[in-house]
Amino acid sequence: MNRHLLSAADLGREEALRILDTAEHLDRALSGREVKKLPPLRGRTVVNLFYEDSTRTRTSFELAAKRLSADVVNFAAKGSSVSKGESLKDTALTLEAMGADAVVIRHSYSGAAHRLATWVQGSVVNAGDGTHEHPTQALLDAFTIRRRLRGATGDLDGLRVAIVGDVLHSRVARSNVLLLTTLGARVTLVAPPTLVPRGVADWPVGCVFDLDSVLADTDVVMMLRVQRERMAGGFFPSAREYSRRYGLDARRMAMLGDTAIVMHPGPMNRGMEIAAEVADDPKRSTIVEQVTNGVSVRMAVLYLLLGGSEQLGD
Amino acid sequence: MAEAARGAAAPILMAADVTRVIDRMAHQILEKTHGGADVALIGIPTRGVPLAARLADRIGVFENVGLPVGRLDITLYRDDLRLRGIRPLAETVEPDGGVTDRLIILVDDVLFSGRTVRAALDALRDLGRPRAVQLAVLVDRGHRELPIRADYVGKNLPTSLRQTVRVLLTETDGRDAVFIDEPRVPADETSARGGTA
Repeated sequence: MNRHLLSAADLGREEALRILDTAEHLDRALSGREVKKLPPLRGRTVVNLFYEDSTRTRTSFELAAKRLSADVVNFAAKGSSVSKGESLKDTALTLEAMGADAVVIRHSYSGAAHRLATWVQGSVVNAGDGTHEHPTQALLDAFTIRRRLRGATGDLDGLRVAIVGDVLHSRVARSNVLLLTTLGARVTLVAPPTLVPRGVADWPVGCVFDLDSVLADTDVVMMLRVQRERMAGGFFPSAREYSRRYGLDARRMAMLGDTAIVMHPGPMNRGMEIAAEVADDPKRSTIVEQVTNGVSVRMAVLYLLLGGSEQLGD
Repeated sequence: MAEAARGAAAPILMAADVTRVIDRMAHQILEKTHGGADVALIGIPTRGVPLAARLADRIGVFENVGLPVGRLDITLYRDDLRLRGIRPLAETVEPDGGVTDRLIILVDDVLFSGRTVRAALDALRDLGRPRAVQLAVLVDRGHRELPIRADYVGKNLPTSLRQTVRVLLTETDGRDAVFIDEPRVPADETSARGGTA
């Protein structure tokens, strides 16, 4: 594994599987235990550097680091020297001077994590940069799919995954396309024409505009959040129309195959892209599991980045 | 090549010896624990796991008690994790009924520096609080770096630090045997020291 985790594209099949397998081991090592803590990152410091609001990702990274006995510093841009105008570089160098071994960064600018990685000595983990990537989300999604449909081993060869919604603005979609295809899944993007990224013809995926047409032949439906905060551009006529054409409701859920699962990275807009009865369906919905699995996958990433010596092997 | 070179040396313990040694250890465990009441065996991967299973099996044959068996991965508790780099994790399985308030017997193939056992004690502490912990090893080769000793020893093998003790078990290696491998050094150096290779 590289020193950083910046993009799902950095992960080859072997590396991705190594992360998923490690996450399985860590998850099982901790489940049902009295002391939910393992020692391998004792004395290491992980800084959560969050320039965008986030509950689950930040908490997930924090828990992951703490369960591996690392010290965690949470740094939110609000209420910090960033609001006094400090640049990303100066902030990063300050944190490094305090001895951070890893920086987990969430930033609204695409490429922020890559820039950060050129400035600091420690490891950088991209926890979401603009509309670019969110690799640990893709890893936890792959982990969840593998557990549900592949008995927690091997790759995702031949599984059919539909990623539905605002692909254009979604870093989750981008990272998932890269990782899931690396692991052998066949990905289809389903989105209104206005929300399909340019250049999608070069991606290793199919692309359709009609949700109903793919549901019967899909193993995994991954719903994307409609990002109201990125919605200034009038990409669809109204929320109601979007919901009618691309929302996953009970009628559409009934069209799915017997074993198909429904995923959502959260936070959900219930009633918009996903109906409450779908989100709460115990058989198909993996939304709560995704959150739980997120901690295990992030533990695996931090362990593999920081647990060993400088040289992380092949 | 290396296999061929090693193959020249005769095993210290052959398959029948290994079986006898394990039988004796099973008897000793029964004797010292008064019939194995409240005892659980925990194997340390890799070869401690099949050893623990065999001890439990023999104890079952001798006294008709079924001791619970678990396995304990100690990778994350090693003190050389950072020096030696990332290694793959193995599965931890608690024995049925857990470890708390029980007599836990840790089982490993070779006792050497004692660092593995120290890591296992730390890992065990995170699973619960045993009433007592004992240690059973197939081979004790000496050279302890920590104040640790075994309660049940299959075979004491005095070795030099340059030698390697190699334990083979049917479950992991296809046959039972114990070897002492000499360091691979040029022949003239060996003869100059009067070595036995």
